[in-house]
Amino acid sequence: MGLFSKKDAKLITDPLADNNPITIQVLGICSALAITAELKASLVMAIAVIFVLGVGNVVISLMRNIIPSKIRIIVQLIVVATLVIIVDQVLKAFAYELSKTLSVFIGLIITNCIIMGRFEAFALGNGPWKAFLDGIGNALGYGVILIIVGFFRELLGSGTLFGIPVLGDAIEKTGVYKYGYENNGFMLMPPMALIIVGLLIWAQRSKNKDLIED
Amino acid sequence: MGLKSNLHNFRQKNKDKKWLPAFSAIHTFLYLPNETTHNGTHIKAADDLKRTMNIVIMAMVPCLLFGMFNAGYQHHVAFGEIERAAGGFFSLDSTFWTMDNFMVGFWKVIPLVIVSYGVGLIIEILFAMKNKHEVEEGYLVTGMLVPLIVPIDIPLWMLAVAVAFGVVIGKEVFGGTGMNILNPALTIRAFLFFAYPTWMSGDKVWVHGAVERDQMIANGSNLDAISGETILGSYAQGNTNVVYDYWDMFWGIIPGSVGETSKFLIIIGALFLIFTKVGSWRIIFSTLIGAITMGLIFNGVVNAGWIPETSKFYGLMNVPFWQHLIIGSILFGAVYMATDPVTASQTNKGKWIYGFLIGFISIMIRVFNPAYPEGVFLAILLMNVFAPTIDHYVVQGNVKRRMKRLKVKTA
Repeated sequence: MGLFSKKDAKLITDPLADNNPITIQVLGICSALAITAELKASLVMAIAVIFVLGVGNVVISLMRNIIPSKIRIIVQLIVVATLVIIVDQVLKAFAYELSKTLSVFIGLIITNCIIMGRFEAFALGNGPWKAFLDGIGNALGYGVILIIVGFFRELLGSGTLFGIPVLGDAIEKTGVYKYGYENNGFMLMPPMALIIVGLLIWAQRSKNKDLIED
Repeated sequence: MGLKSNLHNFRQKNKDKKWLPAFSAIHTFLYLPNETTHNGTHIKAADDLKRTMNIVIMAMVPCLLFGMFNAGYQHHVAFGEIERAAGGFFSLDSTFWTMDNFMVGFWKVIPLVIVSYGVGLIIEILFAMKNKHEVEEGYLVTGMLVPLIVPIDIPLWMLAVAVAFGVVIGKEVFGGTGMNILNPALTIRAFLFFAYPTWMSGDKVWVHGAVERDQMIANGSNLDAISGETILGSYAQGNTNVVYDYWDMFWGIIPGSVGETSKFLIIIGALFLIFTKVGSWRIIFSTLIGAITMGLIFNGVVNAGWIPETSKFYGLMNVPFWQHLIIGSILFGAVYMATDPVTASQTNKGKWIYGFLIGFISIMIRVFNPAYPEGVFLAILLMNVFAPTIDHYVVQGNVKRRMKRLKVKTA
């Protein structure tokens, strides 16, 4: 085991389900609502957060003993900001169109509560390896929800997945079904993302009754 | 043993079967429950939830029947098959009250009613079985309202999706009948409006057959396009030449959603609701007062010359305030939607505020947002959200006043 004990594994698996940052802790909702109209954007956002949180957690954890606690928030902000700017520049250089779609929301990763939350709650008190696993786990938990929401919104809202037509005209062309399917414009609006997140929370809590708080 | 007692026994025998709520739903719809209170003093009233619901439905039936005639009539007029009828409701010439008009409308409206009730009740029954309670009667009214507030040609599958959404998200997640924050029928309409806007607004959807005709033209048929714009629709596009006169609007001989066109029948329904004390007259009147106030403000702005004639709002602002009441669905909303006892304010003072703001905001949306030619449903949904807050402050106000009085007395 060594590096990867059972306890370490839990750091990754817990945030994926029973301690999910979005559906259980209800953090990072804004970006989950804003950029999930397309699956591609959700995926890129998920990867960006995985990078920022994974690396950021390690950096903070390495510096945890030398950061004066009075200015720790500023230090944390600088670390996130640096990482986010790296992500932003990489996107602008290699995927300009996508960075346009994501617009300010890449920059707003800085304000994503999940990141500051993990820095404060975990990285400041644990070693780099554990902090890394925790960061990856939480970012994955966030990303999974983003991708699920993005999947439904793009599929039902635009009839495409990763921009490839799946529903609507595409199925009508095959001749299997031609009774006038139409895309659901409501899916493309942020309120529907909130409702989908709500439905996910509902599904998760009715499966695991321990999660229901009164 | 008659059928009635057989059914009662049947119900007793299968008390703990999983499907019992489904049976009970239909059973209580047909018969009064035979349970009685056994001990203690109790007050007996004839109006249970079911009776209340039935009265609302009865108040809507004239609108529904008229909607069928009107749907057929508008269809035939638009296709140039009959002349536009002249005269009022009772003196309409023979082109309006024809069996043919009725049957065209009937075959378009009845599927809407069936889909609305079918999908809605199936979901209600599923939730009742899951939560092990009886099916509540709440859906009876919603199911009847929905066909009345959608365009006649709306595809049935869209209606089914919207009903499923409205019942689950608008009602069941909050705990079912009596717990919902938003009016389920309006949630369904709002869903349709935002999800499938091309089917919910524009000049094609209000007359049966217009969309189809458009597709035929697009495919190369040599036909005349049909325009069946609602009055608000044409105003919103800056076109102030409306071919319908005020009496047409009042009697309801105009294109529009199925049941909302005839203001005359809505007023009759309103009187029926007020006399049976099912609908709150406070809400109905305050909504109208709110609408009139906003209309007067806009008229005042126009008269004072504060707004140039070239402004895109000029057309609708210039509409005389009383005319706002007979175009669009403000009256229908005020009578059948705003008065929903679950989602409206409960306190008397709260009802005045709630209704007034509905009317006020409806006309404001109507004038200022051409993308939403009719703002009534949005205004009611908005005020549904605020109703508990209004009640809270009314109650707190009462408490404060009485506390003050108490202090004066005891001091």
